[in-house]
Amino acid sequence: MTEPREPLWEVFVRSRRGLSHVHVGSLHAADAAMALRNARDLYTRRQEGTSIWVVPAAEIAASSPDEKDSFFDPAADKVYRHPTFYDVPEGVEHL
Amino acid sequence: MIAYLLALADDALVSSQRLGWWISRAPQLEEDVALANIGLDQLGQARSLLTYAAGLEAAGRDEDDLAYFRDEREFRNVCLVERPMTDFGVAMARLLLFSTWQHELYTRLTGSTDETVSAIAAKAVKETAYHRDHAQHWVIRLGDGTEQSHDRMQAALDAEWPWLAELFDSSFLDPGLVESGVAVDPAALAEPVSAGVAAVVAEATLDLPDAPPAHSRGRHGLHTEHFGFLLAELQHLARSHPGVTW
Repeated sequence: MTEPREPLWEVFVRSRRGLSHVHVGSLHAADAAMALRNARDLYTRRQEGTSIWVVPAAEIAASSPDEKDSFFDPAADKVYRHPTFYDVPEGVEHL
Repeated sequence: MIAYLLALADDALVSSQRLGWWISRAPQLEEDVALANIGLDQLGQARSLLTYAAGLEAAGRDEDDLAYFRDEREFRNVCLVERPMTDFGVAMARLLLFSTWQHELYTRLTGSTDETVSAIAAKAVKETAYHRDHAQHWVIRLGDGTEQSHDRMQAALDAEWPWLAELFDSSFLDPGLVESGVAVDPAALAEPVSAGVAAVVAEATLDLPDAPPAHSRGRHGLHTEHFGFLLAELQHLARSHPGVTW
């Protein structure tokens, strides 16, 4: 197979109403209409979805692995950001 | 009645076999899966129709006997679907013609007075709508693409077009089936199918061929030289190992 010249698209599928679209993978297609159809064929063959989004992969701004330390490590020692310091009154069931 | 069911079933079965050839050969991986999906939809249609035909026949045969143990002359598919399809433009041109016809046919057959035919059609009509959509998108992109893709798409359309007419041949069909509302008169589909194809061809900046119909008698069991090879591949396993399961 030759190297595909079509752009790459990221595919998001919502499995049912009320849930979010979840990233399921990527594919090549010439344009958005073909990308949607390819996504339908590749990612919803077994009734996985009720709605599909396709997004040009080039349009996604991603954090860099090199920035992992500065991006994510500072959160590691800030346990007070977790909502675990509240006393839950007895008898409250649905909190 | 059985002849009608076999005609529709064999069209789907043989088309499915030709589409299966494309798996691992399509221009992109995504298209491999798309063509496999379409082929499997058609195989499903063929199975339903063959099972129904076998039941009506009441000769102790089942869908597998009809698919794997009939000989060339007993197949009733049109020649359109049996011819080699090793060019992607040809594959899309043929899928456009075939799926447009299938969709018009099954849309009408949902109103068949035969409950089983009506139920099979109700399932097929959604599938064929997608097949037609898939073919339309490709034909438009290739036709209205580069100079090379345009020329190849036009050549493919020219090659397939003469074989379309056999789908509108009513001569094999018992007219009583049309009168009783079980079947759709094949001739009645000529206009809507041609109009549907013409609209896509125009959008694809292609020219509608004006070539005369090919001499095509598949509905009467007379097939092209290519069909025997297709059947050999289709039936080889079941005939070499009767009753094999996996």
